[in-house]
Amino acid sequence: MKILVALKQVPDTETKIKVAADGRSLDPADVKWITSPYDEYALEEAIRIKEGKGAEVVALSVGGDAAKDVLKNALALGADSAVLLRGDGQGDAFAVAQMIAAYARDKGYDLILCGNKGLGGDNAAMGPMLAELLGVAQANVIVKLELGDGTFKAEREIESGSEIVEGALPAVITAQKGLNEPRYASLKGIMAAKKKTIEELDAAPATAGALISALALPPERPAGRKLEGDSAAQAQALIQALKNEAKVF
Amino acid sequence: MILVFCELKDGQLRKPSAEALSEGRRLADAAGKPLGALFAGASCAGSAEAAKYGADVILTAEAPTLASYSSDAYATVLADAVKAKGATVLLAAATAVGKDVIPRAAARLGAGYASDVTALSMVDGKLQAVRPVYAGKAFATTSFASAVQVATTRPNVFPAAEKAGAGATEALAAPAGDFKSVVKEILAKASGKVDLSEANVIVSGGRGMKDGANFKILEDLADAIGGVVGASRAAVDAGWGLPHSMQVGQTGKVVSPTLYIACGISGAIQHIAGMSGSKYIVAINKDSEAPIFKLADYGIVGDLFEVVPELTKAAKALGIGSN
Ligand SMILES: Cc1cc2nc3c(=O)[nH]c(=O)nc-3n(C[C@@H](O)[C@H](O)[C@H](O)COP(=O)(O)OP(=O)(O)OC[C@H]3O[C@@H](n4cnc5c(N)ncnc54)[C@H](O)[C@@H]3O)c2cc1C
Ligand SMILES: Cc1cc2nc3c(=O)[nH]c(=O)nc-3n(C[C@H](O)[C@H](O)[C@H](O)COP(=O)(O)OP(=O)(O)OC[C@H]3O[C@@H](n4cnc5c(N)ncnc54)[C@H](O)[C@@H]3O)c2cc1C
Repeated sequence: MKILVALKQVPDTETKIKVAADGRSLDPADVKWITSPYDEYALEEAIRIKEGKGAEVVALSVGGDAAKDVLKNALALGADSAVLLRGDGQGDAFAVAQMIAAYARDKGYDLILCGNKGLGGDNAAMGPMLAELLGVAQANVIVKLELGDGTFKAEREIESGSEIVEGALPAVITAQKGLNEPRYASLKGIMAAKKKTIEELDAAPATAGALISALALPPERPAGRKLEGDSAAQAQALIQALKNEAKVF
Repeated sequence: MILVFCELKDGQLRKPSAEALSEGRRLADAAGKPLGALFAGASCAGSAEAAKYGADVILTAEAPTLASYSSDAYATVLADAVKAKGATVLLAAATAVGKDVIPRAAARLGAGYASDVTALSMVDGKLQAVRPVYAGKAFATTSFASAVQVATTRPNVFPAAEKAGAGATEALAAPAGDFKSVVKEILAKASGKVDLSEANVIVSGGRGMKDGANFKILEDLADAIGGVVGASRAAVDAGWGLPHSMQVGQTGKVVSPTLYIACGISGAIQHIAGMSGSKYIVAINKDSEAPIFKLADYGIVGDLFEVVPELTKAAKALGIGSN
C-alpha cells in the first residue's frame, strides 16, 4: 500500500496577526511556524497503517525552503521519504490541489491523507478538490478509519454527531482531532531522518480561482461593562441588560 | 443565474440554507439575475419552502440513488445544474454537507471557492467575499479569477429574510449510481439539540468548572434561555468526558451566536479565535484580570457556582427563552 500525506506549514496558534505591507498577506516577522495540527493526525494515521499492515509513506508539502522543517519532522516521525513541491505560496487551495494532483497522478497511491483544514487558511477545501481532480473517493473530517481490501470505512464528524462513510480506494481522507494521538519524534527517528534527503521538485503550473485582495484585522469590540453587586444582583442586572439593551431575548 | 444548494431536514428547509438563499436573493437583485434553489435526495418534499426566501426557480434532483449522501454523486448534481443553467454563482451554507460537496463541485467546474464567508457583495458584476482567516483573527477580502464563483456562507451570520419568489419547479436528472463513496449510517448524538455552529445562544464552560458533572448548571442555564453548551479545550482535554464536538476555538468549532456566555474561561487567544464573532459576549470569571473581560460586553466578576444558578433563576422568573 502506498500512502501520500499532505502537510502544510502554518503560523503557530499563538501568532498575533499583523498585516504585511502589501495589505493582503500575513507579515511573517516574528511568526513561529508549525505543521498544521490536523496534518499531524493525518501523518500519525499513515504511520500506524504502515506499522499495522505495512505501507510506504511519502510526506509532501507545497511551499518554499521553510516547509522543509515540516518534512524533516515527518521523516523523523516515520515517513519513508519526503517531497517538497516548490511553489510561491501565492495560490489558493485549488492551486495547491492542482499541484499535488499533478504530482500524485499515475504514482499508484492507494490513500492520500490530509488535514481537514489548514490552520489559518481555514479553507477546508484542498482535500475534496484533490479528490475531484484525481477522480477518487473522499471522506472528510474523519475521526476513525478502517481499511479493507480496496475499500475504506470512515467515521466522519457532522452537526448531529457522526456518520459512517464507505467507499473504494484510492481515496482522499481528511483528518479531524480524535482520529489518533500523534506521537513525538524519538531520538532514533531524528537521527535516521538526518540521513534521508528531501526530494525537491518545481510544482506544476496551476491556476488559482480565489484571490485575496485585502487582509484586515477585525474591528475592535466596544468596551464592555462590569456588573456590580452580589451574585443575585449581578444576575438580575445581566438578564435585564440582555433583554432591554442587547434585546437578545 | 445564482444557484443555492439547499438542505432539507425532516421535510423542512434547514435554517442555514434559508440564510444562504436570502443572501442569494440579495445578490441576484444586485446582479439583475434570477435565483435558483437546488435540492437533491430521495425525496425533495418541502423544497417549495425555498420560494418564501426568494427562489425564482426550484430545481430538484430526486432519485432513490440520492437517498444517502454521497460526495461524488451530489457534486455531480451540483456541477451539472450549474452548467445546465449557466449559473455564475454557486452558494451553499457551510454545513457538514456543504463543506464536503461544494469544494468538490467547485474543482469540477474549475471554479474558485471561498469557504465559510461572512459577507458577500457584487462588485462590477463579480462576486466578492469576505471570509475569516486565522480563525477570525483576520478577515480576507476574496475575489474570483474564474467564470463560476463558489462560496459557502457561515451559519448564523446572514439573516434569513422572507421575500416571496415565483418558485417555479423543475426536475433534474440524477446520477445512476456506482458512487465512489456513500454514507452508510448516521450515528446520532443523544441530545438532538442544534449544533454549536448553528446555535443562537451558547453557554460555555472552561477549566473553572472543575468537573464534568458541574456542567449540569450550564445545561440548566442553557435550557432556561434556549441555548446549547460548549466548552474550552482545557475542559475538553481534562478527561471530564466532554466530547471534542463541544470544543470552541481555533482547533474546535468557530461559532457566531447572538449570545456567548463564557463561564470559568480565561480567554486564551485560541479560544477567542473561535468565538470573537459572537454578537454579544458575557464573561463570568472570579479573576477580574482575566483576558476574556477585554472582549466581554457584560462582565461578571464572581464565583460561577453562585452566579450561574442565579442567572437561571432570574431567566426563569422572567420566562425567557429565545427562539
Ligand atoms: C503571500 C501569500 C499570498 C496568498 N494569496 C492567496 C490568495 O490570493 N488566495 C488564497 O485563497 N490564498 C492565498 N494564500 C494562502 C494560500 O496559499 C493557502 O495555502 C491556500 O489557500 C490553501 O490553504 P488552506 O490551509 O486554507 O487549505 P485547506 O483546504 O484548509 O487545507 C486542507 C489540507 O490540505 C493540505 N494542504 C493545504 N495546503 C498545503 C500545502 N501548501 N502543502 C501541502 N499540503 C497542503 C493539508 O493537508 C491541509 O490540512 C496566500 C498565501 C501567501 C503566503
Ligand atoms: C495548538 C493549540 C490549539 C488550541 N486550541 C484551542 C481551542 O480550540 N479552544 C480552546 O478553548 N483552547 C485551545 N487551546 C488552549 C488554550 O491555549 C488554553 O489553554 C485554553 O483555552 C484554556 O482554557 P480555560 O480558559 O478553560 O482554562 P484556564 O485558562 O485555566 O482558565 C480557567 C479560568 O476559570 C476561572 N475560574 C476558576 N474557578 C472559577 C470559579 N469558581 N468561578 C469563576 N471563574 C473561575 C479562572 O479565573 C480562569 O480564568 C489551544 C492551545 C494550543 C497550543
